[in-house]
Amino acid sequence: MVNSIKDDHWLERPKTVKRLWYGFIILLVLSVVAQLYTGGKGYFGIDGWVGFGAWFGFLACVVLVIIAKILGKVLKREESFYGESDD
Amino acid sequence: MASPMIEWLSPTMVLLASTPLIGLLRGHFRDAVILVVPLISLWLVWQVPDGVVMTLSFFEYRIEPIEGSALRRLFGTIFALMTFVGGLYAFRQSRWYEIAAGYVYAAGAIGVCFAGDLITLFIYWELMALFSTVVIWCGGTPAARQAGIRYATMHLLGGTILMIGIISLALESGSVDIVPLRAADFSTWMILIGLLVNVAAPPVSAWLADAYPEASPTGSVFLSAFTTKTAVFTLILMFPGEPILIPVGLYMVMYGIIYALLENDARRILAYSIVNQVGFMVCAIGIGTELAINGAASHAFAHIIYKALLFMSAGVVVYRTGISKCTELGGLFRTMPITMVCGVIGALAISGFPLTSGFTTKTMISQAAANEALVAVYFLLAAASAGVFLHAGIKFPWFVFFQKDSGLRPKDAPWNMSAAMILFAALCIFIGVFPELLYRHLPYAVDFNAYTPTKVIYYLQLLLFSGLAFFLLLPLMRRTRTISLDVDWLWRVALVALSRNLSSWAHATTAHLNNRWVRWLGQFNERPSEPGYVTRKQKVLRIDLWRNWSIGSTALWIAVLLASYVAIYAT
Repeated sequence: MVNSIKDDHWLERPKTVKRLWYGFIILLVLSVVAQLYTGGKGYFGIDGWVGFGAWFGFLACVVLVIIAKILGKVLKREESFYGESDD
Repeated sequence: MASPMIEWLSPTMVLLASTPLIGLLRGHFRDAVILVVPLISLWLVWQVPDGVVMTLSFFEYRIEPIEGSALRRLFGTIFALMTFVGGLYAFRQSRWYEIAAGYVYAAGAIGVCFAGDLITLFIYWELMALFSTVVIWCGGTPAARQAGIRYATMHLLGGTILMIGIISLALESGSVDIVPLRAADFSTWMILIGLLVNVAAPPVSAWLADAYPEASPTGSVFLSAFTTKTAVFTLILMFPGEPILIPVGLYMVMYGIIYALLENDARRILAYSIVNQVGFMVCAIGIGTELAINGAASHAFAHIIYKALLFMSAGVVVYRTGISKCTELGGLFRTMPITMVCGVIGALAISGFPLTSGFTTKTMISQAAANEALVAVYFLLAAASAGVFLHAGIKFPWFVFFQKDSGLRPKDAPWNMSAAMILFAALCIFIGVFPELLYRHLPYAVDFNAYTPTKVIYYLQLLLFSGLAFFLLLPLMRRTRTISLDVDWLWRVALVALSRNLSSWAHATTAHLNNRWVRWLGQFNERPSEPGYVTRKQKVLRIDLWRNWSIGSTALWIAVLLASYVAIYAT
């Protein structure tokens, strides 16, 4: 049922990964450019700025990951900490 | 729509009555019961008319076992549908008693939906606590057994707090009707705290991610749906607009994200994201406007579908490989395309991507916050929406199905598991494309359109750039083989150490007293014994009464008592 065969799947080739990145970047740019046409005004002023969702979403994730990283230093323990490793 | 039949053939009772059959029947007959009864129950949910259907009296209180309303039918519908899909997912792989326990658990949830008074509600509440514990125990590992005991303790404690609240409220007001309350005095606070235990509110959020991932792959699908969402339903009925729920909900939202980011176990990541998603609902109930309550109810409906879908997808991986750790998984998209696609659809729906169910319900909650000019709440929920995509939307499918080639080549899901996943994946998209079909059944009339160009573009930006953040920050998110401490350290470590010290002190004292007592008795009727010889009296005195009742038999007796109580009370 479970074999250990490494293969060269097309989705994991560097060329495909590069293409996926290009596609993704085009999508990112489009999502910001589209706002010029929809002309959203937002609820509280600031959220109506062009690209607000973009930089707010990005920054929120950066902040969350950094908080998690710092808390991880304090909270992370070995899996056997409670003496019940379920391997 | 109303029919007298409903008094005796309620959706709850039909499901409850079917569970012995699951044990008694074999083969195709059993399968038929598992698959058909939830659908009958679903049909019966829609036969419950508005208002109180039947009334009984219990001492001086008026008991209303069945009461209908749009909100009650909405939750009843999704619970019955969930039972059907959970049964479909499990019926060829699970042991019969796991499915039977899951069905009693589901019947409890549906019972709460139609409970017209607090006594009925409490009975079904405890039924859920008991049988969800059984579902966890069906995980079958020592870790599952221990997690189940911790889970049961937490819920019996929460249930006791709820019961104290209900009793004192009944004594004060002379009524056990379910009415909207404010947390103002002892009884209402007790009720609120009892309900909050079940939504995994702080400081006891840890019970959820502790217990659910220890259940079997099929069991955790049932668990993901009922307990927290029944509590959300009850909060909507009893505490709409309770201000304290806003900060509680926001804490849960952030807690879920941070802990999921730290987590390595795929099913535990999903469990943390239940706390996160329920946080959105709790926050919306705190806002309390008609739009917010519609948002909470519809989000619960959509959430049950995509969360069960995610647990089913992770469950297939665990079922096929026996592995749930991100550090050991990866690259499974090669051989598990159906499981992967369904998992990705669930992940997109939980993130609230346009054209999925999550988008049409979560935007309602954000809109409600904006309408009330709750600036901080609005922006925190927006940040959390980005965070959801980060921790559940990409992290889960990425680490399980892509990431690296783990060398694992498991088979894709068995047909029944595939069917269950495809059904719920289709529903995620169906509700996303035709949200008015869900909006029509919400408790209040809906005047809301999720698909304005502004909202769609705003959410696309938010989510796509969260995706960019994920891949740029990937080096910071390397999975480690670790667990994360939580408040439950207090009772899993500190309390255990304390009680161990206390009991060794107690043992030393008892032994000392025993020895003195025996020595004193010995001068009358026994010769002085040589060291190590234990006299009969010493033996008798050393019996620890409290040790002779094992937890298993206690739980069994409680289950038997409760079941007979429900049976007597229902007739």
